[in-house]
Amino acid sequence: MIHKYSLNGYRFVLDTNSGAVHLFEAAPYEMLDYLDDSVPDCPPDKLIAEMKGKYDENTIQEAYEELKELYHEGLLFSADEYEQFAGMMKNAPIKSMCLNIAHDCNLRCEYCFAAKGDFGRGRMLMPFEVGKKAIDFLIENSKGRHNLEVDFFGGEPLMNFDVVKQVVDYARSIEKQHNKNFRFTITTNGLLLSDDKIDYINREMSNCVLSLDGRKSVNDRLRVRVDGSGCYDTVVPKFQKLVATRGDKDYYVRGTFTKHNLDFTNDILHYVDLGFDQISMEPVVSDPKLDYSIDEGDLPRVFEEYEHLANVIIERKKQGKGFNFFHFNVDLQQGPCAIKRLRGCSCGNEYVCVTPEGDIFPCHQFVGDDSWKMGNILDGSFDMEKKNEFALTNIYSKPDCKNCWAKFYCSGGCNANNWQYEKDVHKAHEISCKLEKKRVECAIMIQAALAE
Amino acid sequence: MKQIKTLNKANLKESAVKGGCGECQASCQSACKTSCTVANQKCENANR
Repeated sequence: MIHKYSLNGYRFVLDTNSGAVHLFEAAPYEMLDYLDDSVPDCPPDKLIAEMKGKYDENTIQEAYEELKELYHEGLLFSADEYEQFAGMMKNAPIKSMCLNIAHDCNLRCEYCFAAKGDFGRGRMLMPFEVGKKAIDFLIENSKGRHNLEVDFFGGEPLMNFDVVKQVVDYARSIEKQHNKNFRFTITTNGLLLSDDKIDYINREMSNCVLSLDGRKSVNDRLRVRVDGSGCYDTVVPKFQKLVATRGDKDYYVRGTFTKHNLDFTNDILHYVDLGFDQISMEPVVSDPKLDYSIDEGDLPRVFEEYEHLANVIIERKKQGKGFNFFHFNVDLQQGPCAIKRLRGCSCGNEYVCVTPEGDIFPCHQFVGDDSWKMGNILDGSFDMEKKNEFALTNIYSKPDCKNCWAKFYCSGGCNANNWQYEKDVHKAHEISCKLEKKRVECAIMIQAALAE
Repeated sequence: MKQIKTLNKANLKESAVKGGCGECQASCQSACKTSCTVANQKCENANR
C-alpha cells in the first residue's frame, strides 16, 4: 500500500508497511498511477503509452528502473506483515493512569467533554485513600514495566492539590522498593496557580499541560468562569511564570480550536508572542449540532490553515525562531516501534482512568457512562474480559483503518471519540480521521523542507 | 537514484521484531488528551 500526495512543490510517496518516505520527481510519480501494488520487470503497456510524449525515453527508462529498485528493496508496495502481531497482543501490563483527582472545576468551558468538570457524576474531590489505592493498583498491575505515568486530571486538579501532593509523596516513598519510576504530569487551567504550586509542579511533574486557547478574545469566548467572565488575564501571567522557571522540563500550552477560530495559526503565534514554544492546539471534538463544532464543511478551511501553519513553522525554524507544534512532530527515523503503532493509546489495557469514587474506566473520555466501568479500586474489582477486548482493539480490528495508508501514524485514532461519535470503538471518527491525515501530510512536508 | 530520494531508513519492519517493550508514554497522556497521534511519540527502548 502506498500514499502519494503533493504539497508545496514536493511530491511525496509513503510506503505504508515499510514506513519509507520518498520524494519523487514528476515521471516516476506519474507512473505510480499505472501500477497496482507491484512493479513488474516489464512496464505495463499503458504506462509506456501514457508517458511517451510527456517525457523522453531516457527519463522514462531511468524512472522505471528506480521504481523497480525500491520495490525489490521492500520500500515500495511492501507487504503487510503486521497482522500476525495484532492477535498476539493480550493483557499487557498497565503502565499509565489518568487520576481524576477532582470532579469539579472552577471554569465552565463551553466545549468541555467532562460536562463542565463533573463528568455528569456530581462534583467531588478524590480522597487521599482512593489515590493511594490507585497507586497500589498501578504498581501491582504494571508487572515488569519500569516507567509508570500518572496524570493528575479533572475537572481542575489544583482544586485538590493537597491530595496531589500526598499521592506523589506516597508513590515516591514506595517506587524504589518496587523498581518503578513514576512520572507525574498535570493538566491545569491555571486559575489556582500560586508561586508555591508553580515551584512544586516544576519540581515534581515531568510534564504539565497548560490550558489556554490563544488570543484573549478567542480564549475568553469559551473558557469562562461560573459567572461567565473569561480567564485569560488571570492565567496568562501565571503560565508565563511557570514556563519561565521550568528549565528544560517538558510542558505544553494546549488549546482547542473551534469553528470560531479556524484561523488558529494566529492563536498559536500568540502563544509564541507570550513566550511559549511548546504548543498543542487541537480541533474541538463535539456534537455536530453545536454552533462551535467543526463539521465536514469546515475541513477545506482547516486543511488550508494547517498548510499555512506548516509554512509558518518552516519559516520560523529557518530564522532560528522555531517552536514545537505537537501534532506536527514526527520522527521518520526512530519513532515508536510497529508494535506500539498497532494499537496506539491502548486505553482500557495499558492505560486506565480512576475517578474520585475509585471507579476504573478505560480512559478519561469514557468516564460518565457506567456501561464502560471496568471495576473499582476500593472493592478490588477489575473486569479482565473488558481489558482483553481493549487489548485486541487495534488497526486490524478496525475495518476503516486496516486498509488506510495512515494507520501507522495514528494507530486507529481515539477509541473514545470513535465510540462517542460513531457508536463503535472500532469505527474511525470520520472528521478526526481526515484531520489527522492532513496533519501527517503537513508534518512530513515540514521534514522535507527543513532537510534541504 | 536520480529521480527518487528516500528521506528515512524505513525500519518499521525491523522495529516490529525488536519492539513492544511498552516503556513509552501512553500517547494521549502527553499533550492532548482528546485525540490520538502516535508517530510523534518517543521510543524509550534502549536496545532497539
